[in-house]
Amino acid sequence: MRILLVEDDSTVRSFILKGLREAGHVVDEAGNGKDGLFLAVSENYDVVILDRMLPGGIDGVRILETLRSQQNATPVLLLSALADVDERVAGLKAGGDDYMTKPYAFSELLARVEALGRRGRPETTPQTKLAIGDLEMDLLSRTVKRGNEKIDLQPREFRLLEFLIRHAGQVVTRTMLLERVWDYHFDPQTNVIDVHVSRLRQKVDKPFSTSLIHTIRNAGYILRAD
Amino acid sequence: MKANGSFSFKKVMHWPIRSAGLNFAFGYGVVFVLSAIFCLSFIWWNTTGQLDRSVQAAVQIDARDLQQRWLHGGVEDLTIAIQDRLDQNVEDDELYLLTGPDGRKYAGNLPGWPVVIGNTNKFYELTIRRDGLRSQAKLHAYHLSAGYQLIVGRDIKGRQLVRHVLTDTLIWAGVMITLFAVGGALVIRRIFRQVVHSIVRTTSAVAQGDLGQRIPLVGNETDLVAHTINTMLERINRLMDGVKQVSNAIAHDLRTPITRARTRLEDASLHAFSDGELRAAIDRAISDLDHITSIFEALLRIAQLEAGARRSAFTVVELKPLLENLYEFYDLLSEEKGIKLNLRIKENGCVKGDPQLIQQAVANMLDNAIKFSPSNTEITLTSWVEREKVRIAVIDQGAGMPPEDIKRASERFFRAESSRHTQGSGLGLSLVQAVVNLHGGTMELSNCSPGFQVVLSFLVMNKKERKEVV
Repeated sequence: MRILLVEDDSTVRSFILKGLREAGHVVDEAGNGKDGLFLAVSENYDVVILDRMLPGGIDGVRILETLRSQQNATPVLLLSALADVDERVAGLKAGGDDYMTKPYAFSELLARVEALGRRGRPETTPQTKLAIGDLEMDLLSRTVKRGNEKIDLQPREFRLLEFLIRHAGQVVTRTMLLERVWDYHFDPQTNVIDVHVSRLRQKVDKPFSTSLIHTIRNAGYILRAD
Repeated sequence: MKANGSFSFKKVMHWPIRSAGLNFAFGYGVVFVLSAIFCLSFIWWNTTGQLDRSVQAAVQIDARDLQQRWLHGGVEDLTIAIQDRLDQNVEDDELYLLTGPDGRKYAGNLPGWPVVIGNTNKFYELTIRRDGLRSQAKLHAYHLSAGYQLIVGRDIKGRQLVRHVLTDTLIWAGVMITLFAVGGALVIRRIFRQVVHSIVRTTSAVAQGDLGQRIPLVGNETDLVAHTINTMLERINRLMDGVKQVSNAIAHDLRTPITRARTRLEDASLHAFSDGELRAAIDRAISDLDHITSIFEALLRIAQLEAGARRSAFTVVELKPLLENLYEFYDLLSEEKGIKLNLRIKENGCVKGDPQLIQQAVANMLDNAIKFSPSNTEITLTSWVEREKVRIAVIDQGAGMPPEDIKRASERFFRAESSRHTQGSGLGLSLVQAVVNLHGGTMELSNCSPGFQVVLSFLVMNKKERKEVV
């Protein structure tokens, strides 16, 4: 993916840059709002990562608003030290697609950026069936089959699996699951998400020879057919 | 507009008296003097008018009587009548003059016909000289038949007297009022100073850092101000205490994980021999830092809630689906730990609030309950409506909490001695408390043998209110 990173702190910027490049992405960088805005409007990117507070008068939200006013629909991930819910809402209202607060784990950032990049590619027809490896999911009849065996899932397990399949091949973090599957925006003190995923695993992976759901240490999960 | 404003400001600036008490008294004095002048003028005008009218009436009655005499008895009779009256007039205020066609004086006490009197249809007021004395008189002339003319009048020295008395009164009243105004001004300024002084003393003590000071209430109108300031100080005090408590807590409870992370990194930097060891140390330090971050976030969130923000996101929250979702979310976790989680919703109550915050509060309660419950026990998440209140309760069968800890359980970073070794930050219940406060609800913690229960109460919303919000 072609990614633009606008971040004023050089340590953070070079770290993210290194990480994204290691993950195989092409990344352009800008250290202030002016350069960021110039690059964002003149080049084509799959995802833009914007720091909210930037020096030099043009902050992240301004860049975002300018982009959106030019009918540029590039997915934008806002990064900010402002964790305030109101700030979050302001960022999303200005046209942001996702919002992350500092400090963050790089794995979380990467997972979210990749999820955004995929969202950027429009789906031509609404999908009724999802599949990965020998796992099939029928969204209309809400049935799940692996090979020839039918798997019974609770409604929430079904949503969880659906989310994982839709993001197959990408790391999905616990926070993302919490937000997207349960619509919870808090940090549970306990490992609830792990328990839910392991329950799903019991049904989807345990009876079969190969496993699809993999744990990524310090990050989250990935659904992979290999 | 602007010029006008600056002009009036200048005018105020030029006013020499800076004391509010003096100005107050001065204004009061001016009003007092003006009203006194108005009152006395009215009395003067009314009294003299009344005197005038009574003089005129007396003159007219007198004249009619004398004209009758003239008709009956002619010059002789009239002369006698006038002479009689003058003789009987003890006060010496009646004036008469009867003249013949040739201008000769027949009777009366006026020395001669005053030149100004020509008309017979109006009263003349003039200064006359009589027995060597000047005095003011009111006179009326009458034509009798055959060229005879009569003047009837009254000396109005009395009215002059009244005027003098009233003028004197006015002057003296003015002097007295001025004296009173000045004296009053001093007294009022003193009172003013005393009143303001107690407020000033307290507020300046507070400004210098003594937040314990309160303005004494004395029972007059200034109590309104004093009470407001006291309430404000109370709130500031509470906030300051909160800040102090938090900063102490931060100093104590955040230094520990920060030190731990630092030690790990330092240790790794000095003693790690292999990449694996180094990585493991760094990973552990990162998770320590994540823990610190989560504490920071929880603290900020609590502070934000306590500052009263986020009311804008309030809407109608239906508790039943919200609790059902949370039940479903936590059911697996408790099962994993061998605890049975029960859900009992007796009635679907609605509250006005922020669904995300209520979710988080209940989640914290469930987190706690699951954390502190031994296996093979039950936890009940329940909700019911009782006397206009919706209650949400989480009841476990754990060891409970000593009563002295219950009081402090919602303090930030408070952790019961027995739970020191468990994972957590001691902010869970503080956040629940903050959420509950923001919603105007209450949180009660109590032991129920065996076990522990947390009950949240919120004001229930009826259908009408629900419609208004939606």
